[in-house]
This record gives sequence, C-alpha cells and structure tokens, in this order.
Amino acid sequence: MTPEEIIAQGTKIYSRPRLLTDNITHYCPGCGHGVVHRLVAELIDEMGLEDRTVAVAPVGCAVFAYNYIDVDWVEAAHGRAPAVATALSRLNPENMVFTYQGDGDLAAIGTAETIHAANRGENITIIFINNAIYGMTGGQMAPTTLLGQKTATSPYGRRADLNGFPLKMSDLLAQLDGTCYVTRQAVYSPAAVRKTKAALKKAFQNTIDKRGTSVVEIVSNCPSGWKMPPEKANEWLVANMTEKYPLGDLKNI
Amino acid sequence: MAKVKGAVTIDLNRCKGCDLCVVACPTDVLALQPKEVNDRGYHYAFTNNPDACIGCASCAAVCPDGCIEVYRVALN
Amino acid sequence: MEEIKLMKGNEAIAHAAIRFGIDGYFGYPITPQSEVLETLEAEMPWETTGMVVLQAESEVAAINMVYGGAAAGKAVMTSSSSPGVSLKQEGISYIAAAELPALIVNVMRGGPGLGTIQPSQSDYFQATKGGGHGDYHLIVLSPSTVQEMADFVGLGIDLAFKYRTPSMILADGVVGQMMEKVILPEQRPRRTEAEIAEQCPWAATGKHGRSHRNIVTSLEMEPEKMEVNNHRLQEKYDLIEANEVRFEEHFTDDAKYLIVAFGSVARICLKAIEDAREQGIKVGLIRPITLWPFPKKAIAELARKVKGILVVELNAGQMIEDVRLAAGSQLPVHHFGRMGGIVPNPDEIREVLKNIIK
Repeated sequence: MTPEEIIAQGTKIYSRPRLLTDNITHYCPGCGHGVVHRLVAELIDEMGLEDRTVAVAPVGCAVFAYNYIDVDWVEAAHGRAPAVATALSRLNPENMVFTYQGDGDLAAIGTAETIHAANRGENITIIFINNAIYGMTGGQMAPTTLLGQKTATSPYGRRADLNGFPLKMSDLLAQLDGTCYVTRQAVYSPAAVRKTKAALKKAFQNTIDKRGTSVVEIVSNCPSGWKMPPEKANEWLVANMTEKYPLGDLKNI
Repeated sequence: MAKVKGAVTIDLNRCKGCDLCVVACPTDVLALQPKEVNDRGYHYAFTNNPDACIGCASCAAVCPDGCIEVYRVALN
Repeated sequence: MEEIKLMKGNEAIAHAAIRFGIDGYFGYPITPQSEVLETLEAEMPWETTGMVVLQAESEVAAINMVYGGAAAGKAVMTSSSSPGVSLKQEGISYIAAAELPALIVNVMRGGPGLGTIQPSQSDYFQATKGGGHGDYHLIVLSPSTVQEMADFVGLGIDLAFKYRTPSMILADGVVGQMMEKVILPEQRPRRTEAEIAEQCPWAATGKHGRSHRNIVTSLEMEPEKMEVNNHRLQEKYDLIEANEVRFEEHFTDDAKYLIVAFGSVARICLKAIEDAREQGIKVGLIRPITLWPFPKKAIAELARKVKGILVVELNAGQMIEDVRLAAGSQLPVHHFGRMGGIVPNPDEIREVLKNIIK
C-alpha cells in the first residue's frame, strides 16, 4: 500500500487535538512547552472538561499559553498563578482549574503562593515546567539552575557559594499535607511523553474529585537558553537534569 | 500476526524543523528537508522513507507543534 | 431586613460585605483593620450566603486572589492597611488593566515604612494618583462615618461593576476603629451563575457551552493595540469623572472661608466650623466623598466666592495639590496637617483658621 492509500483507507490513530488553536506557537523549535500544551489540550477534550476548565497562565515563556489551548484563561502576574487559581477554584468549585508555570515563576518569585496554595490543599493542578533557566528574558539563572550550569547571569557556571543550590520544589511540595499527588515527568522521548500524559490525567482527575493539590513537574528543555540544538538539549537533559531532578512519583495518595 | 503499516502527514508550514520527530522515529522514515524551507524559513520534516512507517506515532508524540497526524492499517 | 447595630467601622465593612452579596473576601491581618477578617471568620457567611472568606498568606496573594475571583465575574474584595496596600499595588494595577471589578479597602495608618498603627491619611497620593505602575485610576471613596463604611461597600462594588474597574474605600484608622450606630442593609442575594454569564460575558467561568474562550489578560505586545487599550481606559476615566463625583457641603452659602477635608478629619473640621461661626467667622466645608474623581468643579466655584481655603489632612499635604489645581492661583490655599498618628482637635483647627484669617 502506498502512503496515500493508507491515509485514505487506514485508521487515523493520531490527530492534532481539537482544543489546540490554529495559532502557530511562539516557542522556539524543539521546546517542550509545545508538547505539554498538546497533552493538556488532548486530555481536556478526552476527559470532557472543555466547559469547566479555567487555566491560569504565568509570566515567562508560557505567558501566551492562552493563545494555544481553547479554554478559558486568566493571565496572572509573575508568580501569582496559584493565588489566582485559588480564587477561581473556590468561587467555582465545580470547575477544573490548573496553573501552568515555569521554574522562574513557580520556584522564585511565586514560591510563597505555590507553597501556600499547595499547603491549603487547593483543588487545583499545578503544571510546573522546569527547564532550569529563565527562557523568555534571555536565559538567566533560575533557582533550579544546576550547579556549574552556565546562564546569562551565571556566565562562569552557577556557584553554590554565590547563588545557593538548585531548588527542588516538587520535593518540598510533596512534604505538604495539602498535596495528594506530586510527580516529576519529562517529554524528551515518546515513552516519557506517554507517562507525562498519564500523570496529567491523574492530576486533572484529582482536581475534579477535589482531592487537594496535584503537582506535575515536567523536566523540560530550553534549546535557545541552553544554546544547543533540540536533540542535544534533550540529551543534556537526560544526562544532567534527571540526576538532580529524578523522574517518577514523589507522592501519590 | 498481522503486519501493521503506517503513514504520516506533516503540516509543513507549522513545522519548525526541530528534528525531534526524526530522532524519535524507530524506522528512519523522517528527515528534514536539506535545502527547501517552509513559509517561515524552517527546513521542515518530510517522509524520506515512507514505506518504512509502522504507524507507531512516536513522531507525533514528541512533536512540539502538533504538525504530525498518523494513520495505520493492518495487513493480513 | 435592615438592622440597626452599634459597631466599629471595620466590623461594619464585614457585615456590609455579607449583606451586599459579596462572593469572596481575601485578606491578611494588619492593624488597624484586622476586625474585617476577624468579623467575617466569626460570621461564617459561607454557611449562609455562600460567600468565600479566606485568610491569605500575604497581601500579595490576597490581591491576586481578588484578581482571580474578579476574572470569574464574581464580586470580590480585600482589605488592608497602608503597608499592606503598598504590597497590593501590583495586583491592583493588573485588575485595573484587565478591566476587572473589585473592591479594595485601605484603613490607613501612619507611614512611611512600618510607620505607626495610629490613624493617618497619608496614602491619598497612592490611592488617587494610581498607586501601581501604568496609567490607571481607582474610584476612591472616602467614608467619614461607620454608616458610610457599610454603605460604601455596596456603592464601591456597584461602581466597580458599572465601569469594570477597581474601586477603593480609603478609610482612616479613626473610622475603622470607632464605634457608631449603623443601619445595615437588607440582605442582597449573591448573583447566580446565569446572571454572571449574562452580566459579565467576558468572565473566565469555564466555557459552559460558550462558542469562544474568554481570556482575561492585561498583556498586549503590539504597540498600536496597547495604545488603543490605554485610550479605552482613559475614556472610561473621563466618563467616571463626568458622572461619579460625590461630595458634601456644609455652610457654604454664606462662607467667606472654606475648609476642605475628607474622612474622619472632615467631622472634626465641622465641629471647628460650628465653633468658629459662633465667634462670627463665616467658614464652610467641602468634604470630597470621591477623592477620585475629585470634586474640582465644586471647589473651583466656591474658590471664586471665598477669600481663602484651608485644607486639613492627616498628612504633610497631599489633597491640597488637587485643591490648588481646582482653586487656581487667585486665592491663598493653606494646609494644616498632623502626622504620625496624631489627630487634631476642633480647637486646634479653629485657631489655625483664625491665624490664617488675621
């Protein structure tokens, strides 16, 4: 059979999700954000949540996430997404509210809002994209930047004596009584993508079931910020990031 | 056991030529256009070896831009 | 039904919030306004009206909860005092920019810095000139009685929804802490989801069958579009200035001198004016109720009739700038201010007035 015949006669086993808008994303080639957006859009549709999803966008590369996923969105001030989500969820408890935040947003300026929303056990999902760098502002050091990692503001490599240590936010959040599910995933390979989708599905289901705060950290790449082609960035991620940020569930109750 | 054959379509103007689908494909179906670029200047992905496609959708799974759709047939 | 009660201004805010059908209150303790949150927690309105009350981890979180609630089309509010309101400025700017309705209460204490917990009016500039970054205004209501503390919760949230803009009750520690008789309004029902969907078609409620997604944001990267957004805000502020100026006049018909004062100070000035009139000094009072929009026209008209103006404030001279702009340079405009938590008495004000007139 020719490819044309397969397309005409075969089963379509993968389609572009209905809830991804037609907008071409502003993300750099190979950026993990696009994969996570696609999974979120797939799941909202598959789980029948389109009508009751309200998403909260961060400040950072994902600031325009609302241009890409076709649900209601609120764009939050830098780091404040969990506070914004708290009110959205409490005032409309039947809605499925999630935040989508990067490591600068969640682990630096928004540390307090993140920890306290999780500690209150707000019925929200926090999607945390950790690429160890500030992407949008041009590749500066984040709290999650690895020791020795070169960034625009640690040009000779991050030093513990100057800049402290990489912050493992998910490990902190897993300690809190308000979280029901904390997991660390990745999207660098087909298998990792499938696991991330399962994790996001579990988190969204927890949120609908009002089980407390679910946190899905996704260790991701930043080809532009890391100054590597996407394939090399993913290889670097596996070789370096997953040692400090091991993948898997940190809490699942 | 039925043999599975697949085919993919690529939205070439949405493609940013990141190469991740090429890397993910277990049967080397995909490649980046060596010379041609799309409307936005990217060397987009194409099916260089379409007959090898097994419809596993690995390429679609890792595509950050949702460019790839996958079809499959079972051959007896 | 209406109810007459004796209570503090801060308590009146809390009771009024429940009775005006506010959907959510998000606060953080700070003297001298903590009774707002305390009263709400004691009243447990979630059991009656379904109102959400939450003690946030910070003023920053509280105002961003207000932003989130407002984005869902809900009637939401927060309260704080000066240092806490400084922390809220980022969120207030976002609320104004995203054109969301919300009510913020500032029960002012003395500053700058940690300052004092005693009463002050030194946040006038912050409240009326914007406060946070960017070109925006708040509708600023200045209560001088416990009754107005209650009434302005309803007025403030109604104006906020009418114009899709944040409004502020700018109270001072005196009005917050003193006890007076207050008539609480009848219970107003909270709006239903259907009413919110109809009245706030822009709100992020979840699509619920809507064909398009709603996005609440203040971000716009195209300069041409951002300028349009700014113009839209300015047109709204022009409309508010044209329609929503509120003030109160006393003894202005035959006044030779004019006092301008707001909040609790206006009441002290009224007593000073009554005493002065007994001594034959014909002095009147204008009390701006909306500090923004400011009663420029009323002050300009009176400035043509009187010989001089005295502005009395609990600060180093803030509202006086607006009074001077309104009055012009044809007559002297004096200032008398006490700071650091000191509240002047009527005798003091009367003597200042007499010295000016000499």
